[in-house]
Amino acid sequence: MVLRWLKRLVVLLLGDTQADRVVPPAGYTARLSLFSAAAMSFLAVFAMAMSLATGRLADRWGAELARTSTLRISAPPEQMAAQTEAALRVLETTPGVKRARPLSDEEQRDLLAPWFGPDLPVESLPIPRLIEIIETDDGYDAAGLRLRLSAEAPGAVLDDHTRWRRPLIAAAGALRTLGWVSILLIAGTVAAMITLAANAALAANAQVIAVLRLVGARDAYIAGAFVRRFTQRALAGASVGTVLGMGAIAMMPRADVAGGFLTGLGFQGLHWFWPLLIPPAAAAVAYVATRAAARRTLRELP
Amino acid sequence: MIELENVAYSYGGGELLSDVSLELSSGSFHFLTGPSGAGKTTFLKLCYGALIPTAGQVRLFGGDVRDMGRDDIALMRRRIGVVHQDCQFLDHMPVADNVALPLMVSGHEDADQIENLRELMGWVGLNARADALPPELSGGERQRAALARAVIMSPDVVLADEPTGNIDWEMSQRLLQLLIELNRMGKTIMIATHDLNLIRAAKSQVEARVLRISQRRVQLAGAAL
Ligand SMILES: Nc1ncnc2c1ncn2[C@@H]1O[C@H](COP(=O)(O)OP(=O)(O)OP(=O)(O)O)[C@@H](O)[C@H]1O
Ligand SMILES: [Mg+2]
Repeated sequence: MVLRWLKRLVVLLLGDTQADRVVPPAGYTARLSLFSAAAMSFLAVFAMAMSLATGRLADRWGAELARTSTLRISAPPEQMAAQTEAALRVLETTPGVKRARPLSDEEQRDLLAPWFGPDLPVESLPIPRLIEIIETDDGYDAAGLRLRLSAEAPGAVLDDHTRWRRPLIAAAGALRTLGWVSILLIAGTVAAMITLAANAALAANAQVIAVLRLVGARDAYIAGAFVRRFTQRALAGASVGTVLGMGAIAMMPRADVAGGFLTGLGFQGLHWFWPLLIPPAAAAVAYVATRAAARRTLRELP
Repeated sequence: MIELENVAYSYGGGELLSDVSLELSSGSFHFLTGPSGAGKTTFLKLCYGALIPTAGQVRLFGGDVRDMGRDDIALMRRRIGVVHQDCQFLDHMPVADNVALPLMVSGHEDADQIENLRELMGWVGLNARADALPPELSGGERQRAALARAVIMSPDVVLADEPTGNIDWEMSQRLLQLLIELNRMGKTIMIATHDLNLIRAAKSQVEARVLRISQRRVQLAGAAL
């Protein structure tokens, strides 16, 4: 059973030299379908790169942001030290908090420097004190922590980043979905183009099909000759397009240094195997599309 | 082999053939005559399932054509060799490949058959033109190639529509001889033709019956010829 299917696959890819000759060699439409398969695969590589990269981005943001949060203490100067102490005590006894550390004046100054310049006299200004919280993998219960803080250190405000983290991660997730939808659309377009090309080829060869029917060829034989041709063409075109697309991605300048959103819009590690699936997928799409077109056309002929 | 029962056929206008009942039994030899436009080609098409009767029944090898699926029709055509009046070929393939086409599409192309092909091509005098493309052939050469293609599968039945229309007497004798040989091997033969000399020549060698289409009927012509 498996062997038979393997054999059919080999025939599909290498062709049945006898049967393939019965369809006249086509020039122009063949090159068109080759080109469109290549172009679509090229685009598919980019859509895939975008999906994988935004997926990575969403994961990383989620992971990084989830594990740190900030406690901001705003209190009159004379209470600042006491409240900071109290808040730290609360944090130390909170399950899910790995480490809590008040930022030093230096660090606070560095944080504010972009807005106020380096000479800001942090000590003498009523600037809130920041406490950095590093969470364990399990995280802590933010609502519970807030409740306890409000009793012990009323000036403490917990900023667990979720407020601005969520929409960003959601955006990255949406972008990833958009990428996969693009790939589906590209597959649909390939199917549509191959169907059009196959229909044109079938119509142009109506005479050939009639002769084949007259001498006793079954529909499967006739359809097979067309299906093989278009499948091979799609495979060849898609391979070229995919290789070019992967080459283009590989040659893209690394944006990592600059950091930010563009970070690694490309394939990383094992992700390089993903685009290799495009040519077989294109061939499969062409196979199904041509088969359907051929069967439909043949059924209407005498 | 081929049975027609009260068959009528119409292309849409009036009936071209009406109430035709006939049985071509195994090993029989028939000629089909009648004026141009009488419906000879139409009759033959009914006999190989290219047309479905508008009334009555056609049974091929025991099966009603109306009940046959597309694959049944294809398999049935491997058992009926047809020489079409407008010999249809694949114009992009050499003559030899066109003659071998029935073998190719049925997956019977092996060494034995290749030898057969060479012999057959010699018989119809086309060995020298084996590599030519069909459009490069003369009318007579095309007809000979069509006959060769019709018999290459060694079918049970050979239906030939004007197989000698474009060829000289000597060559048509030769083709007739081939069909007579096949008939002696037990094949059923039907030839549509205008050529009375051909019919006479055949009658001297085999027991051939002559069908005539007139006034929409297919009738057995007397022994008058
Ligand atoms: N596909 C068709 N549609 C409509 N009419 C047709 C069709 N094919 C044939 N006819 C008509 O049917 C009649 C019989 O045609 P047919 O080809 O059977 O004649 P024939 O006896 O073989 O003639 P010939 O000796 O010239 O070959 C003709 O009048 C022809 O015009
Ligand atoms: Mg005719």
